[in-house]
Amino acid sequence: MAAQLQFHNVTLGYDRHPAVHHLKGEVASGALVAVIGPNGAGKSTLLRGIVGIVKPLAGAIHLGGIDARDIAYLPQSAEIDRSFPISVFDFVGTGLWRATSLFGGIGKTARKKILDAIAAVGLSGFENRPIETLSGGQMQRVLFARVLLQDARLIVLDEPFNAIDSKTTTDLLALVKRWHGEGRTVLAALHDLEMVRNHFSETLVLARGPVAWGPTSEALTPENLMVAMRMCEAFDDSAAACADDAHSQAA
Amino acid sequence: MIYDALIGPFTEFEFMRRALAAVIALSLAGAPIGVFLMLRRMSLVGDAMAHAILPGAAVGFLLSGLNLFAMTFGGLIAGFAVAILAGVVARSTGLKEDASLATFYLASLALGVTIVSIKGTNIDLLHVLFGNILAMDDQTLLVVAFNATITLLVLAVIFRPLVIESVDPLFLRTVSRAGGPAHLAFLALVVVNLVNGFQALGTLLAVGLMIMPAGIARFWSRDLTAMICIAVIAAAVSGYAGLVLSFQTRVPSGPAIILVATVFYIVSVLFGRIGGLVRQMFPGRHLEA
Repeated sequence: MAAQLQFHNVTLGYDRHPAVHHLKGEVASGALVAVIGPNGAGKSTLLRGIVGIVKPLAGAIHLGGIDARDIAYLPQSAEIDRSFPISVFDFVGTGLWRATSLFGGIGKTARKKILDAIAAVGLSGFENRPIETLSGGQMQRVLFARVLLQDARLIVLDEPFNAIDSKTTTDLLALVKRWHGEGRTVLAALHDLEMVRNHFSETLVLARGPVAWGPTSEALTPENLMVAMRMCEAFDDSAAACADDAHSQAA
Repeated sequence: MIYDALIGPFTEFEFMRRALAAVIALSLAGAPIGVFLMLRRMSLVGDAMAHAILPGAAVGFLLSGLNLFAMTFGGLIAGFAVAILAGVVARSTGLKEDASLATFYLASLALGVTIVSIKGTNIDLLHVLFGNILAMDDQTLLVVAFNATITLLVLAVIFRPLVIESVDPLFLRTVSRAGGPAHLAFLALVVVNLVNGFQALGTLLAVGLMIMPAGIARFWSRDLTAMICIAVIAAAVSGYAGLVLSFQTRVPSGPAIILVATVFYIVSVLFGRIGGLVRQMFPGRHLEA
């Protein structure tokens, strides 16, 4: 199967410090990949690198023949200003940006698409509710509805099941599997190892660098998890320049 | 009697009609900008920007005296320079926008006061600091109306990215590159409206007719469109009532307008539908679902 994503010895980070160091490999088109690792392992940074929010410090990420706008990204809900006065309908409707852009109107068809997406996540009747009045689980459903509406080939989910109840998790996981069934590529940063074992065929164990990557049964071993747990989370201000990058550039 | 007090001044005196037209133009353009400033947690940024336009206005004054065109033009250049420099530094270094702006506006304010002190009198300084909407001539009114029109047109263009960037900036960055230009255009609109307000209310109070109506609107609605409408109405009514108050009591017009808006703000804090103190104290019986 053709690669949807290729990591060419990519390093992502902040202020020259790597948060994801020297990642190589590729994600096949239509794959369902879990990205796991402790806090500070670089999961969110990797996902932000894929969607273009964080630029690589070295190396490159190649999207397999898709436009950057053909990626749907679900950020952690903490990144969203919930106090902003916007309704569920309008918020979900932003998922149609590719079609509407600055001036495009929301016609009958678009309106129906938005209502269908809201219904698909079980929030019918919430269309006019301001997002600030939603619970954490309801907000997560809203974010999924927006991803649905984006109709993207590559879907990137940053901790999509954090702090939500089991019913909501089950409903939203069903959506993730539906996307996978439709042949879309899905990457999700997760913490629930049981969920990863039961539902995700491929896993990347990350600890500021790749620890293991492959079929979940092979990557998610106690040994690999132990290596990830021992990761040094802090940046080292006195660290030397990365020799590997120098070699790569020389080559 | 009521006619004489509330309408008479405007039918009788042309300068009052001009002032009324100016506050309506300021309200139509400035209040929506104020709503976005408040929602983007940039209320004090607006205040800082108001001070940042001072050196440009002062240079205009130095070159051509109390010529409002020259002062407006100078103010626009200084304001744009500070807004864009602060915005660029914040976006390219990761420094918070308010910290970046604080540095630039303080430098700008110091420069402005220095320039005014080279050639100004106390009266000139008072005009710069507090404005005089009652002394507005036709040409200045046209500039104010033109700026308001431009503001509404540009706001219509950047409305969507501005909303999305306010609520979910990471999402906007993944679907569009419009966030950066929209933000800079918004800062430019802040400057244009501060310069507009500067003619009427002076540098110290120019931001008042933008931010206070937005604060009032927040107590009455959770819907953005409704908030913008409420803010525009609150600004226009404050402007009208302030002019009447100023005419009847000889209080300076700028402070009168802002004091009326303050009264509306206090009423909103007390009786507002969303988070008003009285409503919190007496919420009524709880609902079934």
